[in-house]
Amino acid sequence: MKTFVYIDHFKGEVQPASWEALGLAKSFGTAVALVFGTGVDEVAKAAVEYGADEVLVADDASLTDYRAETYASTLASLAAAASSQSPNLILFPTTARTREMAAMSAVDLNTGVLTDISALEVNSDSFIATRPIYEGKVLEKTVCSGKPVMATIRGRAFPKPNREEGKSGTITKVPAAGEAKSTVEGYSASESAVNLGDAGVIVSGGRGVSNNPSLTPPAGMDEKQAETWRAQQGFALVTDLAQLLGGAVGASRAAVDGGYITYAHQVGQTGKVVAPDLYIACGISGAIQHLVGMRNAKVIVAINKDADAPIFKQARYGVVGDLFQILPALTEAMKKKLGK
Amino acid sequence: MKIIACIKQVPDSEAKVKAVPTGDGKVGQVSWGDAPLVINPFDEYAVEGALQQKEAAGGTVTALCIGPESARDALKHALAMGADEAVLVSDAALENLDTVGAAKVLAAAIQKIGGADMVVFGRQTLDNGAGLTPAQTARVLGWPMLGLAGQVKVEERSVTVERVLEEGRQSMKANLPAVLSVVQSIGEPRYPSFMGIRKASKATIPVWSLGDLGIAAPAAIVTRAELMNPPAQETATEMITGETPAEIAEKLADKIIAEKVL
Ligand SMILES: Cc1cc2nc3c(=O)[nH]c(=O)nc-3n(C[C@H](O)[C@H](O)[C@H](O)COP(=O)(O)OP(=O)(O)OC[C@H]3O[C@@H](n4cnc5c(N)ncnc54)[C@H](O)[C@@H]3O)c2cc1C
Ligand SMILES: Nc1ncnc2c1ncn2[C@@H]1O[C@H](COP(=O)(O)O)[C@@H](O)[C@H]1O
Repeated sequence: MKTFVYIDHFKGEVQPASWEALGLAKSFGTAVALVFGTGVDEVAKAAVEYGADEVLVADDASLTDYRAETYASTLASLAAAASSQSPNLILFPTTARTREMAAMSAVDLNTGVLTDISALEVNSDSFIATRPIYEGKVLEKTVCSGKPVMATIRGRAFPKPNREEGKSGTITKVPAAGEAKSTVEGYSASESAVNLGDAGVIVSGGRGVSNNPSLTPPAGMDEKQAETWRAQQGFALVTDLAQLLGGAVGASRAAVDGGYITYAHQVGQTGKVVAPDLYIACGISGAIQHLVGMRNAKVIVAINKDADAPIFKQARYGVVGDLFQILPALTEAMKKKLGK
Repeated sequence: MKIIACIKQVPDSEAKVKAVPTGDGKVGQVSWGDAPLVINPFDEYAVEGALQQKEAAGGTVTALCIGPESARDALKHALAMGADEAVLVSDAALENLDTVGAAKVLAAAIQKIGGADMVVFGRQTLDNGAGLTPAQTARVLGWPMLGLAGQVKVEERSVTVERVLEEGRQSMKANLPAVLSVVQSIGEPRYPSFMGIRKASKATIPVWSLGDLGIAAPAAIVTRAELMNPPAQETATEMITGETPAEIAEKLADKIIAEKVL
């Protein structure tokens, strides 16, 4: 069986779940990696090293900046090419870009997309995917009667294949297709990359990170500025621990709405759904809209002043205490024990 | 400017949602008890984004929904927020609609409304959670797709958005008409005003069938084969206590390391 795997990258930086998709494709037979963009030789090489049997590279000026229309058309034209060559399945990592381009090429190919899947069974000629609905409160097994079946995989749900450095393989150039309907005006550098979806460890802060009355803000701040300043001190503690553990910084919506941190960090219903191995919630009460975003973490640790906070019901380990005291002590203890 | 906001009705996010197997080899059903049905929370941002553009450039906002008769309430919420008109597409043949099907029906309804300068979507539905319909509708219409917009600015016949992506913010521009999806950064959805609620309660909402749209029911390509409840969480919580923060931290660190998750 032949599977296409779309390798999603941003300016050459590959979304790691792309390799997980490649590993899954290999378990079904032949895996053909698709790499779009300009100057993507390194990405194509990496695809070979991660096990792609073949890499199709569309290196064209029209693909320099990701635009849904050109990426979707290029994908659809490759999938539709010569029927003996055409794939039964196209896999993607689940990202903002792949949801869009898969959505559009499914319209072109008259097929469907199964998003955010965490399991995939092959049954003679059909695929049965498991995916979350109702914010993960229920799971569905779902099938797609179109061909090829398209599926975006949930990050960290499938094993990542080993990389064989220096491996050589077939890299074929293919043409781009379609016309873009928008222009990219620029990227703002102000917001650093936040990759919650792939993080193995997430340390998150909530409204509680601003609650340290004993901190005296610099003179001349009004109440709102003082709150933000306090929250920054709190998030510095969150960030210290996240960095020590090689993880990412998450946040509750109250922290985002309070202006303590940017929306890209938000975990939950209207933010990101994450599934790290370790999630440490600091000063987060555990509202359902937050829980649906993180309850699939393997181990949840909650630090909260309030012994009745609902977050403790979800947690494997709980500490009732002031995060301003517990967090620095935990960072110190971890440093010592990990020999860092 | 003519703006259409696409909204869906879903069970409230506080609802306890469960899969209820029928036991006869059939798919079973999703139950949310007596929890209320509400406008999809992501689509409240779509209505808010649409109203902001109306305020900036003038024009009208039409809320558009495919759903059962009960979905009128979601449309009324949009009217109460400030939308000028609402249209419900309802047809028994639309029960097993997948996202490509929804896109085709929405595109047909948008044409019947008389087109638009801008169609605004939410990021995803709370029930299906696919996040596919906006781009698929754009594809069917042949319009540009500007997804995950946190800020929107219209100038003459073009629109510029700030997309919120994993890697940061990206500014993208396209000509109108265009399809947008918006995210939380667009701003908190306004509360329905007293006047708005009164207006909404009096509004007549036309209901269009597939016949009215002049299309056949799209064949469902993606279908549900089985429903499951996720494995019950092992929620035995171990509380870590101690005399001092250092002692608690020491114990907690040992526990975390023993979990082998680092
Ligand atoms: C449609 C909709 C969508 C939503 N989407 C999301 C979403 O995506 N993500 C999300 O997170 N929320 C979301 N929410 C909001 C959600 O309902 C909660 O309001 C939010 O999660 C609360 O954030 P919080 O826990 O940080 O704040 P709070 O509920 O105010 O909790 C703060 C906690 O900090 C503790 N605390 C205070 N000081 C300290 C201290 N010094 N040390 C230790 N603990 C302390 C308190 O005991 C309290 O438990 C959504 C809501 C709606 C209606
Ligand atoms: N039945 C529907 N009626 C109107 N709009 C819809 C409907 N279903 C989905 N949408 C829109 O498409 C978006 C994405 O839906 P989905 O692809 O199902 O996650 C939603 O946020 C709505 O804006």
